[in-house]
Amino acid sequence: MIEFILNDRKIATDQPSGALLLDFVRYEKRLTGTKIGCREGDCGACTVLIGSWQNGQMKYEQVTSCLTALGNVHGRHVVTIEGLNMEGMTPVQQAMVDESGTQCGFCTVGFVVSLTAYCLQPTAPSPQHAIAAIDGNICRCTGYKAIGRAAQKITEALAGKDVAQPVDWLVERNFIPTYFQLIPDRLKAIRPRKQKQPTGIVLGGGTDLYVQKHDELAHRELEVMADRPEWRYVRMEGGFCRLGGGTTVSDIATSDIFQKHFPRLGDHLKLVSSSPIRNISTLAGNFVNASPIGDLTAFFLALDAKITLTEEKQNRSIFLKDFYKGYKELDKKAGEIITEISFHIPSPNSHFNFEKVSKRTHLDIASVNTAALITLREGIIQQAHISAGGIGPIPTYLHKSCAFLQGKPLSPKTIQSANDVLQAEISPISDVRGTKEYKRLMLRQLFYAHFIGLFPGEISLKGLLEEE
Amino acid sequence: MKNIDSTSHVTGKSIYLDDIPILQGTLYGAVLDSPIGHGEVVAIDYSEALAMDGVAYILTHEDIPGENQIGGIIPDEELFAEKEVHFQGQPIALILAESEHIAFEARKLVKMKFTEKEVITDPREARAKGRLIIPPRTFSLGNTAAAWAQCAHIFEGTAQTNGQEHLYIETQGAYAVPMENGHIRLSSSTQGPTQVQRTAARVLGVGMHRIEVDVVRLGGGFGGKEDQATPWGVMAALGAFVLNQPIKVVLHRLDDMRMTGKRHPYSSDYKIGLSEELKIIAYEATFHQNAGASADLSPAVMERTLFHATNSYFVPNVEVTAYSCKTNLPPNTAFRGFGGPQGMFVIEAALAHAARELGVEKCILQKKNLLKNGDSFPYGQIADGVGLSQIWEDLEAKFDLKAVEARVQEFNAQHEDRKKGFSLMPVTFGISFTKTPMNQARALVHIYSDGSVGVSTGAVEMGQGVNTKMLQIAAQMFSLNPSRVKLESTNTTRVANTSPSAASATSDLNGKALQKACQALQERLKNCAARHWGVTSADISLKEERIWVKGKATDMSWDQLVDMAFLARIALTENGHYATPIIHFDKTIEKGHPFAYHVFGLALTEVTLDCIRGTYEFDSVKIVHDFGKSMNTAVDTGQIEGGLVQGIGWMTMEELSYDQAGKLRSNSLSTYKIPDIYAVPGEILIEAFETEGTEMAILKSKAVGEPPLMYGMGAFFAIESALRAFNPDFESTYDAPFTPEKVLMGLYQSSQP
Repeated sequence: MIEFILNDRKIATDQPSGALLLDFVRYEKRLTGTKIGCREGDCGACTVLIGSWQNGQMKYEQVTSCLTALGNVHGRHVVTIEGLNMEGMTPVQQAMVDESGTQCGFCTVGFVVSLTAYCLQPTAPSPQHAIAAIDGNICRCTGYKAIGRAAQKITEALAGKDVAQPVDWLVERNFIPTYFQLIPDRLKAIRPRKQKQPTGIVLGGGTDLYVQKHDELAHRELEVMADRPEWRYVRMEGGFCRLGGGTTVSDIATSDIFQKHFPRLGDHLKLVSSSPIRNISTLAGNFVNASPIGDLTAFFLALDAKITLTEEKQNRSIFLKDFYKGYKELDKKAGEIITEISFHIPSPNSHFNFEKVSKRTHLDIASVNTAALITLREGIIQQAHISAGGIGPIPTYLHKSCAFLQGKPLSPKTIQSANDVLQAEISPISDVRGTKEYKRLMLRQLFYAHFIGLFPGEISLKGLLEEE
Repeated sequence: MKNIDSTSHVTGKSIYLDDIPILQGTLYGAVLDSPIGHGEVVAIDYSEALAMDGVAYILTHEDIPGENQIGGIIPDEELFAEKEVHFQGQPIALILAESEHIAFEARKLVKMKFTEKEVITDPREARAKGRLIIPPRTFSLGNTAAAWAQCAHIFEGTAQTNGQEHLYIETQGAYAVPMENGHIRLSSSTQGPTQVQRTAARVLGVGMHRIEVDVVRLGGGFGGKEDQATPWGVMAALGAFVLNQPIKVVLHRLDDMRMTGKRHPYSSDYKIGLSEELKIIAYEATFHQNAGASADLSPAVMERTLFHATNSYFVPNVEVTAYSCKTNLPPNTAFRGFGGPQGMFVIEAALAHAARELGVEKCILQKKNLLKNGDSFPYGQIADGVGLSQIWEDLEAKFDLKAVEARVQEFNAQHEDRKKGFSLMPVTFGISFTKTPMNQARALVHIYSDGSVGVSTGAVEMGQGVNTKMLQIAAQMFSLNPSRVKLESTNTTRVANTSPSAASATSDLNGKALQKACQALQERLKNCAARHWGVTSADISLKEERIWVKGKATDMSWDQLVDMAFLARIALTENGHYATPIIHFDKTIEKGHPFAYHVFGLALTEVTLDCIRGTYEFDSVKIVHDFGKSMNTAVDTGQIEGGLVQGIGWMTMEELSYDQAGKLRSNSLSTYKIPDIYAVPGEILIEAFETEGTEMAILKSKAVGEPPLMYGMGAFFAIESALRAFNPDFESTYDAPFTPEKVLMGLYQSSQP
């Protein structure tokens, strides 16, 4: 039995845990404000809010209901547009009307829900946050300018928001209905689900599995992350950062540890899918799907991370760079799951950068991505960990390039020579994301970009091109 | 007035096709389609699919009582393939089951065998092999052959524009309900209800009167539901007819992308000649339109390419020829601009090419050659009401073009890794269906006895705000509060024989028909009031729901007058009919006056290139646009901003890709990218070009649906200019879209790893 609160109604359903939230709200409950656009998390027409009780507070996030397993909302508060509607319009709805932020209207509800998620964030409002909240919503009438103006207006209406108690503050100002205030107590009455027998498939956020195997999964029982809260954490132990396999990208983005050690974290993660996807997609899922262009894989390869694989309480630990054996081929037994990721916190002399280029800068799959962690002491590269995606059958740790750089002085000459090594150890193919010639050139450029960005005094594009 | 649907949109209460409550006994359809690009059907085995629990029936060509034919312009397209398939995604059958899931699962069990035949995806190859949809057509003016001798500079080259997926967020769909006596009530997400009705009648072998098509609204159309909403509607109707059960067919996104046609890719050749003074003396172009496997709307799209081949310029000697080439791709179709943009791109490429070789800014060539009043278009219409030169000067002044040029130069001198560029993109777009008989519309107006009003027109609301404009017209004519007027769904039983909502002409045609209906009702009511007050009808006026006599308010309200008229047995219903005057076109000589008027405008686009990564951001697009007298600036601004960004998408990130077997590679939203909120220009400024408008436009408010899309072409040429600031040797191949890949390869044309 899956139990949750849908808007202001308690739901208890016998539907399988793999059933999709989108189908449930639209076809079982006839809440037709939530729309179907693509069923792969790429348009945002099906966006809903998921609220969960975390650390003594309700935390609301926007998610794509087309990729959300019903099992993953057990014990949570699901809010569709119908659950936001009140007698009059909310300030979010009113701003969209006043600024003509709606044309054909099919995407509109998704925007309203995402902007309401922005209102509910326990952070100070800002125009950047407002736009970031709708980074997963596509409008084909392309009324983005009007929607942007509405977002601006909403931000103004949020001035003075109580970031400690956003729900109460928003209820008082008619952003959300009053029933929101009673949700915490109602959620606490729902008991965790008994863990089912292994079903053969463990589903993280579902953001990849439902795209690949929708027909197979949407009608069956699955083991879902919501039943395993213990797999979701970010913590320090000694000099190591440890993350549970079920940690979401948003968890990383908001983690104090990551924010402290990765000053440009926000810029990097902004390039990784979209808010509603980041809110549910897990680290373990990103690694295990083995996409040669996985963004987080590239990110953690450059941190030289290790992963812990677990099967029936048996653990083994390997480097992430040794996990990938060939295209979609892993050093992983069928029953094993990734329960933990760990990496050594970079030293103060280490410099991290992540680069990604895709056809569309945001919410797109990379043509090429790469991350680098360079340790520099007195002008000498002590150590380099560099990864790249999109240039071979697996997410690649560039062993030879890293080895080449070690002990070399930081200079344009070193970087150019390293690029020769790099070009020899990659094997891109031509596909819908670009020709192999483009990917080679792109990786050279992004490899250069690491050094140009990290060491602007020493390395410039001009310098790298001129001395060729 | 705000869009009248905005409140129901933001609360999720607007009803789209998939939101219609389902009747008991409804069956769900999954379309079985061809997995190969071209071949003969050897055998199809449905037995396993039919045996699956919950599968009710599989509809094939054998179930068709009428004609297996859905081609609109040319009868060359089957509803369900019989002996031969011509593209990947061509419908073969409709699997009907008790649930959508079962239907889609059963589809996997069908076994198909084909003898494969040669697949052609390239339009030039198709032309070489004589595979044309219709014979080529040529528009000409003056004598190009003689004119080349007068040219000081002649440039030749090729230009390509790729197709564009419509990507309406609401996919195609229809819901058919059987009524008594074999009649069908069909809800369809279509821009062309009459086309769906006509085609369903033809396939079912019944009169059109037996098919009722109803449309509430579309979740986006953009041309993609003008002709291509028809097959799904007809399939649903056929299923309801054969099985006497309600049938719902809603395409999944991947099916929709695979099965439907898109904006036509074009591959073109140009030759342009200029005088010493940089006046264009002659222009020749050959357009190869990639039509796909059947005609669909391709002949009409091809025609508009020819109409707009010289864009906003006067060229005394023109010869432009277009070929509609038959390939093994889904039949390409209408998309905002309808072939016009493809034609305009080529002359813009030719001018860019000339400017590059002559070492002058492209905008100097553009400005010198702008069309003026009294100039002849190649199709014989004499340009009238042209504001281009004035628009150009307005833009130079309002947006300080000189300062922009200086700023770009200064930025480029100071930055190694980033370069800026700008472009100017003038647009001249003809308004009217180029097929003259389609320029007619009707509107049905009921005044109910309580004074409230119901309005039906042939216009389909798809986000363009046409219902809002219709409501404005009715409310204004009767001087009623808008809440007293309801815009009804678009329904073939209330308004028959409609033209599709297309060609930017929907508001003009339907609005003018509505004005006529309101006018007639107003006259009748005024006559009734005049009899009551013992005055003439000229003494009566309607203001704010009150009757005024000789300029003075009376105590008689609108409602009282309506009641009085009803009791006096005066007809409170009227049907208005409008047919655009003046227009005509003679295809035998390719001359005439096909357009009621033209819309003009100019866009200034600024871009910044990241020369390390090959990515770009548009700093701003500044537009001077000829609205005439806009009747709704909120709606019209939305059309301009939206059209512009859609055009930028087409020119930049939207990369349609088929492999050689005709398989769509950009087959989902993860492989076909359209603009998101971060991809729009940092600033979009729109200045109205003040004119008196034209009587041919509704309330002198000029059509605004398609023209702004072409401002987006400025994106291509702005990128080219920025790229050349980094790599002065760059020679563009004028191959749109200008993806980040093409930019990076262009930046480092001579220094790759």
